Amino acid sequence: MGEFKVHRVRFFDYMPTAIRAMAFNAHTERLALARMDGSVEIFNFTDHYFQEKVIPGKDSRSTESLCWVGGRLFSAGLNGEITEYDLENLRPKYSLEAYGGPIWTIISNTQGTQLAIGCEDGTVKLFEVLEEHIQFERNLDRQKGRIISLSWHPSGTHIAAGMMDMIRVFDVPTGHAVQRLLVDRGFGGSKSQETVVWSVAFLSDHTVVSGDSAGKVQVWDGHTGTLVKTHLVTKWDVLALSVSKDESSVVAGTSEGTVIQFQFIAPTLHQQQDKEWVRTRTFKNHTHDVRALAEIETAIVSGGMDTHLVVRPLLEKFDENTEMAEITLAGFDSVLLFFPQRNLVSCAKKAGLLLFQFPGQLELWRLGDSDGHDGRNTVNIVDSFQTKGSDHICCSALSSCGGWLAYSTVSCVRIYRLQTDNNNISITKVSKLPKALRSAHQLCFSSDSSKMFAASSQSSVLVIALTQSECKYVHTLKPKSGQQPIHLMTTSVDGKWLAAANSDCEIRVYNLQKLKLHCIVPVYGSCPSAMGIHPTTNNMTVVHADQQLFEYSIVEKQYTDWSRKLQKQGLHNVWLDRDTPVTHVTFNPKNPNQVVLHDMHMFCIIDQSLPLPDQKTQFYNQMTLRSLSEQERPSHLHAFKICKTFQDLLCVSLLDDQSLVVVERPLLAITSQLPAPVRQKKFAT
Amino acid sequence: MATLCEGFTLCGLVQTQNASDSPIQGIELDEDSDHAVVTDSTRSVTLYKVSDQKPLGSWTVKQGQLLTCPAVFNFQTKEYVVVSDNKVIRVWKDEDLNLDKAFKATVTADVWRVHSAPGGEPVVLFQRGAVRFLDSLLSAPQQPIEDVLSEEEVIRWSASIVAEEQHFVLFTTEQNGECCLYVQRLNPNTLQKYRLEREDSGASPLSFSASLRDKHLNLLYLYPNGCVYQSVVAARGYVGLEGVQDLPRSLRLRLPVGEGELGAASAVALDEAHVAVVGVPHPSARTGKDFLCIWNTNFQTLQAGKEMAGRIHGQVWCYLGKLFVPHGKALSIIPYECQKSSLASALGKLRHTGIAVSKSSVAVPSWNTLLHGDQPQGPTKIVETRKSKLSRKSQSAQALTVDQVLELIKTGPVDEVQREVEVLVSRGDAQDLQLSVGQLACHLVARSQAETAFYTPVALAQLVQTQFLCHSVCPGLLLLSLEHKDYFLCQLCLQLFPDIPEVVTCACLKTFISVPDGDVEMVSLEPDSVSFMEGLVAAGARGGQQNGFSPPLFEEDSCDANHQPKPPQDKKNHTLQLEACPVGLHKAVLLNEVLQTPYSDNFLLPHLKDLDTQQVILFLQYLQFVYLKYSQDVYTQTAGLRSPTMTQIIDWVCLLLDAHFTVLVMAPDAKGLLSNLQSFVKSQVKLFSELGKIESSLQELHKMKLSKDISQYSIEVIELF
Repeated sequence: MGEFKVHRVRFFDYMPTAIRAMAFNAHTERLALARMDGSVEIFNFTDHYFQEKVIPGKDSRSTESLCWVGGRLFSAGLNGEITEYDLENLRPKYSLEAYGGPIWTIISNTQGTQLAIGCEDGTVKLFEVLEEHIQFERNLDRQKGRIISLSWHPSGTHIAAGMMDMIRVFDVPTGHAVQRLLVDRGFGGSKSQETVVWSVAFLSDHTVVSGDSAGKVQVWDGHTGTLVKTHLVTKWDVLALSVSKDESSVVAGTSEGTVIQFQFIAPTLHQQQDKEWVRTRTFKNHTHDVRALAEIETAIVSGGMDTHLVVRPLLEKFDENTEMAEITLAGFDSVLLFFPQRNLVSCAKKAGLLLFQFPGQLELWRLGDSDGHDGRNTVNIVDSFQTKGSDHICCSALSSCGGWLAYSTVSCVRIYRLQTDNNNISITKVSKLPKALRSAHQLCFSSDSSKMFAASSQSSVLVIALTQSECKYVHTLKPKSGQQPIHLMTTSVDGKWLAAANSDCEIRVYNLQKLKLHCIVPVYGSCPSAMGIHPTTNNMTVVHADQQLFEYSIVEKQYTDWSRKLQKQGLHNVWLDRDTPVTHVTFNPKNPNQVVLHDMHMFCIIDQSLPLPDQKTQFYNQMTLRSLSEQERPSHLHAFKICKTFQDLLCVSLLDDQSLVVVERPLLAITSQLPAPVRQKKFAT
Repeated sequence: MATLCEGFTLCGLVQTQNASDSPIQGIELDEDSDHAVVTDSTRSVTLYKVSDQKPLGSWTVKQGQLLTCPAVFNFQTKEYVVVSDNKVIRVWKDEDLNLDKAFKATVTADVWRVHSAPGGEPVVLFQRGAVRFLDSLLSAPQQPIEDVLSEEEVIRWSASIVAEEQHFVLFTTEQNGECCLYVQRLNPNTLQKYRLEREDSGASPLSFSASLRDKHLNLLYLYPNGCVYQSVVAARGYVGLEGVQDLPRSLRLRLPVGEGELGAASAVALDEAHVAVVGVPHPSARTGKDFLCIWNTNFQTLQAGKEMAGRIHGQVWCYLGKLFVPHGKALSIIPYECQKSSLASALGKLRHTGIAVSKSSVAVPSWNTLLHGDQPQGPTKIVETRKSKLSRKSQSAQALTVDQVLELIKTGPVDEVQREVEVLVSRGDAQDLQLSVGQLACHLVARSQAETAFYTPVALAQLVQTQFLCHSVCPGLLLLSLEHKDYFLCQLCLQLFPDIPEVVTCACLKTFISVPDGDVEMVSLEPDSVSFMEGLVAAGARGGQQNGFSPPLFEEDSCDANHQPKPPQDKKNHTLQLEACPVGLHKAVLLNEVLQTPYSDNFLLPHLKDLDTQQVILFLQYLQFVYLKYSQDVYTQTAGLRSPTMTQIIDWVCLLLDAHFTVLVMAPDAKGLLSNLQSFVKSQVKLFSELGKIESSLQELHKMKLSKDISQYSIEVIELF
């Protein structure tokens, strides 16, 4: 197949921020996750943990806690505000000052009619959830000391509140505190420090489970206010607790990075009646604080300071009918989600420029010249843009000629004109933008850089014409239906087609000459994670979160023969078992048969002229091929050529001069930038 | 916690002429749980409704006749049964008004008791120990009744227990101060006799109480000195055992008795942890024995107590959460509650009885039964033995079962025992062996301890080599082998037992050191350890140092600033290096085993003090010898051979010095030794400090390797095929 020149780029200092809070919506199976920078991500657990939506953060916003009420998502933070998110427009819908100082926690009752927040000033405030808004209802009896954690009894009549050195149980109708559970302080030197009850859980049998800064998980009887059992699990803090839906299991996250499971079981097999909370398992998937936890039906989801999300399947909850072999294969592997499943890197294929997107800034780099053998020194940092205002960037784009650059926050869109002479790049901001262009979920330039497309609210796409002097609004491509935001957009090289995919899994193809909808690709059950339109054939390649791969002919409005053949034969199991989605699709302009795809751990060149691998074929066959002689090779070739030389990939793109750009962000580099974990005594140190 | 609730009086009692006799013979249950059938000591039976404290019916025999056994309810025919004048069985129904008109049958022997329990047929126990089902007895009342008990043997107490499909009659007898328990199984009928351990005072138990728990019969009995013992008999298991067995007991409770001994007192087990006791003084109340108390046997704590006014006759019955206590002029009913103590469950210290069964058939839980629960191993075992019995009949040369071997061990000659154990060990599969090896070893050891002539070294060695044994399973084994100077077995035990107590380790050490070399050299020991020692000694004999190297051991002293100018003694030390091993080869091998035994300093130290000075010096010399050998470059340790490590040697040196330092300092012949040893320790300290110094450099190397190939940007060429 041949040699490729590879620009191996490791200078993108992308640093994900720590996970602060998590909320799982069992009804929709969506996990909402809040990071330290105030951003909120929504993962779809029915669709291979696909990162469906990202709501960008804001400098002043710090989310401490998340809470679902039906399909609505609320957050509260130390800025003292309660925020409801607009999940269709990926932005906060409104924020409400609670007037209780910093808010530590927010919960809702099971009926979804009320919200309760715990404030720094010692009040628990109840809010009524209305159709479009929430309204302050009343305060429960004010306590001395901050309310760190809350848990609502499933019946709705009581609330347990974790505070400093104690837990209070409130009677909700009267608002009075009915129980005071005193939590012991730690031993030794920490005796003088107050114990912070970081997390409480109120079970339907009135058992209160608490996790505190002295490293204890304690079980209390909520009726009598007595301590039933203490589990000392760590020398450090127990930061998070989560209860399974059937209340038979509680997991606790600690500062040591462990997740400890407790189960409500009988201590001996003979006495099934008197059950108690017994510490059963310990999972160690994190190096730092586990600050957010969710125990869902089949797995434990955890996240914390070390920034990655871990989905750890629970073996015993798998369907009993599945064979044992399958369980051991699928059951024990934790799914680790490290990188965002969207593009943070834009590549100008003609100009050899790279644009890196950080939450608060952009970096533009020029790739080295291949003539100099040592390309190391010829990289220039061109510019880094500090965004104005406190909103974080939600998307950015670079035109392929390198002449235009655009980014958007939730409140504004900025377009810049880039001019290159010799090695200097001058940047001018385009001052007058059309009024219609307020914010965008996705941005994309046409390949001849004459147009820019901005995905706007309700799946609509704004078409902006770009000339040397101005930007002009041309048209809004608006679908008849569709509420969900567009998360992928791509244009064809000939400028005729624009494809846009939204989180409802719909892919619409627009004819840009007629400025109207051309067709809708048949909806597939899994969300598209990457797509691209072929430069010569105008066939669109779509990869979905479940790793399925389709090729759709835009002109003929049907799947291509190759795609049908692939679906008929089925993808190789090795391909389907990968756990990170494909995030980029590009094409080789010189060889129309070649499609370049990549996920986090590999990139793959699909050669459509070669036979498809069947299940018996060795899928990763590059090493074998290398060892074979020239004559033997053709009989072993198959369409998927996979390269795992590069790891932790953020972007793989093919420049016009046939060279590959590989942007790596080694996980080790991320880990090394994390703060030091809590000190642990290791054996023999 | 257990609590006694507020009680109430069921009925008044009439005082008997003899004040010490209780006015009540017995209380039994009816099919209605709220009913109680009370039989008084003379002529009448009364049926009470407990919740209303009201009599529902009363039946009396004629003047001159006497009820000799408490009335019981036949759950199968819904009739009441009582015995009058020892021989007349009377059966009547609820609606019968007159007892004289009821059915009567006269039997040929004196009846002790009629027992009835829900789910089982009533059983008649005769005073001479015979047992009959009531039905079959009534169908032929004049049938001859055999004598089971000997002339002087008298039944003291009896009870009947119905387990699933098994019906037991338990009774205890007394003869010349010796107490026995008989366990009569019905259908098929078997009788097993157990001898109760004699209490030191020679007194016999005041009261018994039997219960069924975890498929084991638990017998609880109280002695006048306040001790409450428990014995466990397997409900299932082998039945064909002949003869009288000793019934092991465990002390569950030692009750405070105040002055003198207990007179009329009784203890009844409420559940596995609680015992109700009447007629025993309350430890914190004033003297007087008229109390009803509930004790927790796990923690020996008093859980609840209640004073019962009036004289207590040492009688208590326990039915369905209620205690029936006759006292003074009333029969009181006291409901109680026993909850499992949370501390007990929290600490996991609840003793599950059934482990200390006299004949532990299957004491170790198997995962299969735990997980699938429904199939206990008992029946299959029995089937197996039956099968093996059958096959044994057909083939006389067939090997014996574990139990048969156990029997054989008790009496058989040495050779036969040896042979059978060998056969059993070589034949058995691992799972069975695990259970039986411990039993075999214990029995062998017990017999050997009893008879000095009986000793089976080969069989014991074989059992140890199965690796299923440990010291705690058979605590006597190691000491027994020491006693018999069986050094090979000692070595095996030291090698294979993970849990030898420090005191035993020390005893071994003492024996090994003081044994004359000649005695040991004849003994054959484990070849690997001998060859190791030979290698070690030979290395010393060659004595040379390669390329003129001398270990920097003693030169190090010169680094010490305030070290005194070296006396010529140092020269002597060098010669000492080349000295021969201070102990014989085999003795050294044995000492090596001691060195490698796991121990804990705190527990070992006090026992080390038992060694006398000469022994200590000899042992230290040996340790020094090994240390020097190890320090020489010449000797390279053979991998795979079990050998004491350098650390173990140094630790032992330190321990010995700790234990005997004051004595050694005073002993003139230990002076050179001490100074040598001090330099060993010093050189070790030095070694570790040197290692500590290079640690950081090594870590640096580690880091350097990682930092390779991290560059921000590079252009590479890859080839895809």
